Amino acid sequence: MTTLLGFLGVLAALLVAAFAARAAGQRTSNAYLRDMTFAGAFGWMLLLAALAGGVYLYAFVDGAVFFRWAVQFFAVAAVAAFLFRLAGRSVGTEATKKGFRQMPLTASFGLLTILLYALTAILAPLLAPYGQSEVVGTVNMLPGGDPATGGDPAHPLGTDQIGRDLLSRLIYGAQNTVGIAFATTCIAFFVGGALGFLAATIGGWFDNILSRAVDVLMAIPSLIFALLLMTIASAWAGNQQWQLTLYMIFIIALIDSTRVFRLARAVGQNIVVMDYIEAAKLRGEGLSYLIFREILPNATAPLLAEFGLRFCFVFLTIAALSFLGVGIQPPLADWGTMVRDLAQFINFAAFSPLAAALPLMAAGAIALLTVAVNFVVDWVLHRSSGLKD
Amino acid sequence: MSNVLRIILQRLALGLLTLFVVSVVIFAAVNLLPGDFAQVILGQGATPQAVESIRRDLGLDQPVVLRYFDWLGGALTGDLGTSFAQANFASFVGEGAARGTTVMQQIAPRFANTMFLAGVTALIAVPFAVGLGILAALYRNTAFDKGANVFALTSISSPEFFLAYVLILFLAVLNPILPSLSNIYAGMGLGERLERTLLPALTLTLVVTAHMMRMTRAAIINLLASPYIEMARLKGMSPMRVIVKHALPNALAPIINVIAINLAYLITGVVVVEVVFVYPGIGQLFVDSVKIRDIPVVQACCLIFAAAYILLNLVADILSILSNPRLRHPK
Repeated sequence: MTTLLGFLGVLAALLVAAFAARAAGQRTSNAYLRDMTFAGAFGWMLLLAALAGGVYLYAFVDGAVFFRWAVQFFAVAAVAAFLFRLAGRSVGTEATKKGFRQMPLTASFGLLTILLYALTAILAPLLAPYGQSEVVGTVNMLPGGDPATGGDPAHPLGTDQIGRDLLSRLIYGAQNTVGIAFATTCIAFFVGGALGFLAATIGGWFDNILSRAVDVLMAIPSLIFALLLMTIASAWAGNQQWQLTLYMIFIIALIDSTRVFRLARAVGQNIVVMDYIEAAKLRGEGLSYLIFREILPNATAPLLAEFGLRFCFVFLTIAALSFLGVGIQPPLADWGTMVRDLAQFINFAAFSPLAAALPLMAAGAIALLTVAVNFVVDWVLHRSSGLKD
Repeated sequence: MSNVLRIILQRLALGLLTLFVVSVVIFAAVNLLPGDFAQVILGQGATPQAVESIRRDLGLDQPVVLRYFDWLGGALTGDLGTSFAQANFASFVGEGAARGTTVMQQIAPRFANTMFLAGVTALIAVPFAVGLGILAALYRNTAFDKGANVFALTSISSPEFFLAYVLILFLAVLNPILPSLSNIYAGMGLGERLERTLLPALTLTLVVTAHMMRMTRAAIINLLASPYIEMARLKGMSPMRVIVKHALPNALAPIINVIAINLAYLITGVVVVEVVFVYPGIGQLFVDSVKIRDIPVVQACCLIFAAAYILLNLVADILSILSNPRLRHPK
């Protein structure tokens, strides 16, 4: 109740301040200040209040550890993205330099993040201090590496419920979660893209049968369908954990290939009515020539953007399945499973903020990559469509 | 008018057909199980005799097509069978395997809970998203618009459990305003119930708001170039009035469409969020049954989710036809 009253009080104060600021602005000769609307003045007041509140929280409130971390993270990310863009403008070929010159900061941040994730995934065995399923220390060791609170400098993020090093598992998670999602997306694209182009080129009954089948599969929500098929897969796999992971890859690839099929077919259909396709057909070119030499090169831009978005969806589905306990199976380190296993640490936020941050780190690693991919896809779509608004 | 009615009936028939085919897919998928239900129920300790008796109890000795229509007929009349866990328990107690609590009895209260959660979410999310979208269209290309865009992109891209745990951290653990577990039971007061539903509802709001907001903004901005908007502006109307009185009614069709589609999306999101908050809804029952391979429950939940999804998409389809004269009177 007091929170609500406080909120309303701040709102009223802001409204009064905005009114006063506007009245003062109308007396000046500056055109922008004189013609400012009340809503505009309120927006500026809101921004000022948010800034003041942020500075107060950052500097004077001891409990706002998470806020401080978030601000520091944003600052580091912004500076890194800026430096990355600066480096991209002076290194590389003429074409990449031009790309970097026109790039917004969000896209350069996205590119940098994707690059870092890829490097972490490839170099995981070198970066991680321990193996991903190696039991190395006492169980549930607190993070921070401070011996006074029961930590160990050798395990900066502590250990999990059976004594595995969490830092190593976080790093290996990049390899497993991202790698599996990437492989799944590739399979979905290969199957969906190939069938979509075939349906567009051949048409007729082939197109009809495939399209109706895809319509039916798309009528079931994807996560629900994935869970249903995973139930059956878990019966097939028995106690073979790695088999279940393999089945999951194929199940999600199947479900997502329907979406790719839709797009590939739509894009392909727009291309097959072109005159150059007609000409190629009259020349007597075969199906593979038509698809690989005529359709594919003209469909690259939308398909690439779709690949980014599809990767996000696959990645989030796999993370959700793992979080629910039916996705990537235990010996492999995986972010979704880690969130579930570490979730109860969040209740200790008041005593050990770092411990409470552990599940958020794993979940945030997932969120950060999807945000980065979305930033890049947004920029690519914006550039290829030539949109200005 | 009869034209509209015919289109709606056509869509309804198409929706029913889709639902029928989907039920075939669900049934067929489950029948891909190695061995059959009887072995799944009994697990390791299956003797040929016990398997035979359970097969007879469940009617598994019948041909597949007959069993499908039996299941479908049961589902239509509200009989979704008995869950394996319950059947196991009943046979342990000494009743017949086909008795015990039915799936229907298990699902009905949870279905009501899930509908309550979805309803609360919709009540918060729809006005919030549409309002934010209108504001973003009004102040397009300003810092506010860009901030709203980044917020939308971030909340679309984050997994539901990330948003859920961030909300738990700030609203339940660091500042204990709301309970972090949604412990809901029958006969609870509405106020208390709302309080415990609020945190999952807020999480789902964050998940669905972004898309609705961006579509509202895009739909309104699309219209701003039209001559009648320019006319209204030249008359000296305030920008807010131009958007709310002139642009919004014409942008209603795509907005209603995207709201319905997002409510359909809620159905998927609800599964993860219910598990995070231990909310006693249908999504949690579904996940638990998937883990213990309780086929009748999985089948029933899957059918309900698919039916709700198809229904909402159908509503979106019909509403967009009704609100667009060009679709109402096709040439």
